[in-house]
Parts: sequence; C-alpha cells; structure tokens
Amino acid sequence: MIAWLLSFGLRLLTGAHGRWSGCAPVDSQRIYCVNHTSHLDFLLLWTALPARLRRVTRPVAAADYWNAGPVRRYLIQEVFRGVLVDRSGLAPQPLEPVFTSLAQGDSLIFFPEGTRGPGEGLLPLKSGIFHVAQDWPEVELVPVWIDNSYRVMPKGMFFPVPLLCSMTFGAPLRLLEGEEKETFLLRLRNAMLELQPPQ
Amino acid sequence: MNMPHEAVLIFAGLGVALLVASAVGYALHRRSGGTAVDNLNARIRAWWVMIAISGGVLLAGNGAIVALFGLLSFLAFREFVTQTPVRRADHMALFVSFFLALPVQYLLIGVQWYGLFAIFIPVYAFLTIPILSAVFADAQKFLQRTAETQWGLMICVYCLSHVPALLTLQIPGYQGRGALLVVFLMLVVQASDVLQYIWGKLLGKHKIAPLVSPSKTVEGFVGGVLSATLLGAALWQITPFSPIGAGAMALLITLVGFLGGLVMSAIKRDRGIKDWGQLLEGHGGMLDRLDSVCFSAPIFFHVTRYFFAL
Repeated sequence: MIAWLLSFGLRLLTGAHGRWSGCAPVDSQRIYCVNHTSHLDFLLLWTALPARLRRVTRPVAAADYWNAGPVRRYLIQEVFRGVLVDRSGLAPQPLEPVFTSLAQGDSLIFFPEGTRGPGEGLLPLKSGIFHVAQDWPEVELVPVWIDNSYRVMPKGMFFPVPLLCSMTFGAPLRLLEGEEKETFLLRLRNAMLELQPPQ
Repeated sequence: MNMPHEAVLIFAGLGVALLVASAVGYALHRRSGGTAVDNLNARIRAWWVMIAISGGVLLAGNGAIVALFGLLSFLAFREFVTQTPVRRADHMALFVSFFLALPVQYLLIGVQWYGLFAIFIPVYAFLTIPILSAVFADAQKFLQRTAETQWGLMICVYCLSHVPALLTLQIPGYQGRGALLVVFLMLVVQASDVLQYIWGKLLGKHKIAPLVSPSKTVEGFVGGVLSATLLGAALWQITPFSPIGAGAMALLITLVGFLGGLVMSAIKRDRGIKDWGQLLEGHGGMLDRLDSVCFSAPIFFHVTRYFFAL
C-alpha cells in the first residue's frame, strides 16, 4: 500500500515511463541490472513494471545503509521487501540472502555498481553480480538504464524535484561458458551504457 | 453549473469541428495512410481529450480554471527544466521554484491580489533563485544555470498564469463573464496554431524561418493569422470588445503567439530535440501546445487591462 502510494506519487512527479527496447515485461525470473544514482531508483523501476511483476521483484539493498534507524529499516523490510546485503566485507557469505531470494523464485533489482554514482556514466561494476550469475546461470540478466533520476534527487538530498525520467530495458544476457570475471563485468557494463539516451 | 450559454454554444461548435476533423482524418486514413496521417489522427484524438477537459473545468467554475492552469504550468515547467543542464547545487532553487513559487503564484490569482501577483516572480523569485544556487557553492556556469531556471519560471509559470489572471479583471458591463475571456484567448491562440498547420499542409511552400523552425511556412503563417483574426472578430459577442476590437485583439494574440512559438523552437533546436515531451499524443509535450499561449497571455492581459478594465 505505502509502496504503491510512493510509486504513484513518483510517477506524478517524474512522468516516469519505461521503454522495453530489448525485451518485454514477461514472467521469467530476472535480475534487472540498473545504474544507480538516486534513492528513487528502485521505486522508479517498480513504476515501469506491471503490477504482477512488481509483486515478485525485490530490490537488493545495502544492509549498512538501510538498517541504520527505525524508519529506514521499516521501509526496506516491510514496504520494499528488500534483500539486504552486507557490504562491510566481514560477512563470510555476503550474497547468501540474494541466493535465498532467487531460490524462492523472486526477480531482483540489482545495482552492480554497489553504490550510487555521480550521475554521468557508470562506476566500475563490483564482482557481486558475477558471482550471482555464476551460481544462477539460468536467470536472465536484464540491463536497464535509468535516465535523469540523479537530478530528481541527487546523493545527499532528501527531497525530490519534478523532472522527467525514463527507463530503458535492454536485451537480456547471461554468463557465457567459461567467461572470465573481468570480461563478463565489462560486457554487462557496456550493455548498460549502450542504453543511455543520446545527448 | 455557472457556464454561460455562449460557452455551451462554443463547445457545441468545437464538437462539430472535431467531428468533421475526425471524419476527414478517417477518410485520409482509408485512402492513403502513412505517418503524416497517423500523426494527424493522433492530434485529433488528443484534441478530443483537451476539449473535454476544458469543458469540464469551465463547468466547475473559476477555481477549477485557476487550478488547471497551475497544473499546466507544473507540467510545462517540468518539461522545460528537464532540458536544462541543472546541477546538484540548483536542487534547492528548483525545489523552491516548483513547490513554493508556482503554487503561491496561482494562489495570488485565486485571492485576486494583483499587486503581488504581478511582481512575485519577477522580483522575489528572480532574486531568490540565484541566492539559493550561490549558497550551495557551485560557481560553474553559474549565470547560465540560474538564468535558465529563472527563464523557465517566467515563461512556464509567470507568463502562463496570466491566462487565469484574466478572471480577476474588473471590466465594466462584463461582470461574471471573465471565463469567456479565457475561452476567447485560448480559442484564438489554439485555432491560430491549428489553422497555421492546416494552411501550411495545404499550401505551404516557402519556409518562413528555415534555421529555427523548418516546419513553419509563409503560407501557413499568413493563412493561419488571417483566419484566426476573422475567427476572433466573429467571437466579439463573448468579449467586452467591439467586432473590430475583437479582431484587432485576435491579430495581436496570434502574432505574438507565432513569435513565441518561434522563440521556443529556437530553444528546442539548440537542445537538439523535436518536442518538449511525450505527454500529448501527436503534439509532443505540454509546452509544445502552450508555447504560443505563454507569450500571448501576458500581452493580452495587459492590453485588456489598460484599455478596458477599471
């Protein structure tokens, strides 16, 4: 309910619309690999999904950020049903919650940069997405580019301004047989960058 | 239900015109088809929606008219700002523009406070925006960034708000009919746009401003302005003007509107975009439909106020 209200409000604010240029919004299990510049990103992505897919699509989020404070914890656990990942490097198996969620058949919203970027371009991808792709080779990786959301609510700001946003969904890709980590991460990164609207 | 009977007649006329347009669009679609015809039919469909919303708002009364233009300003300003290279330090300035300046401007019209309405954005918002951007300490392209926010606020909010501001004018012998003045302005501007499009498609050969707006032609301009002026003169009974006065007003509105469209085209051309948005199917964005209104509304408001209002 709160999630629906938030994403409806966001839609009013940003006129968000999704362009499914490389695939259709269908039921197969997927990991949406999204560029990350704003807290609004996974809400924006949700607004582009049909309601039945929204119910089975969960955001992967940083435990250190979202567990700080009761409001954040409530939002991520009860409202967004986030899959929390430990970024501290101390956990023996930081991706464990991701694997559990995939085993339940969920689709995921994944930010392979691992943190919010400056707005233009992409940070180098973290290796997390490679390990997920290795363990779950049958899940489709859908590259997504969200345009303009960093201007709606940049890092460090806590209120949004209304600007038009768009999301472009690219063609799904998978880890190839015997593909090296660096090659794969570069291929995924380029697939995401290619979806940028021309300036 | 306080819609004057003239307005009912006008909307009935618009309904007939749209029926004819839809029939022509359908015939063209059957005969040849193609993207130009598809675009024409999409435009006609969008017109049905816009006319229906306008009629509903007119029925609902003056408060609804003010609210509608507040919403239109919001949509237009959002399209405008999306095309400007604002930076992180402008965030607060934009937030204040959208959520303070815009609603206050329309609130001032709602409470008919002319003295503040006329200067609120040109004085207070104009000075506040660069202050906020400077407080957030980012000097890069400072003048360009602040000027673009100020410009967008002036065009999309301040100028457009002069349409509902017509409701506040006290014109002797014209009490309670301010909504008809809004109808007159919007009808003449929009008819001029449509007629320029039609004349241009039928006869257009000589480009009038090839470097700025390649789709505008001399034939479309002359035909559109003349026929919209005649339309305005024919509508004199809903205005406080004489037939000649209404025609002269319509001529003024269409000329300024045309030049306004040229200005907004120049911005689009510089930014490398064809339309401001995708909100209205076939037309582009809200600002594509309102660009000429933004320029003609303040001129029409002040000329009317100077010569006819108390």
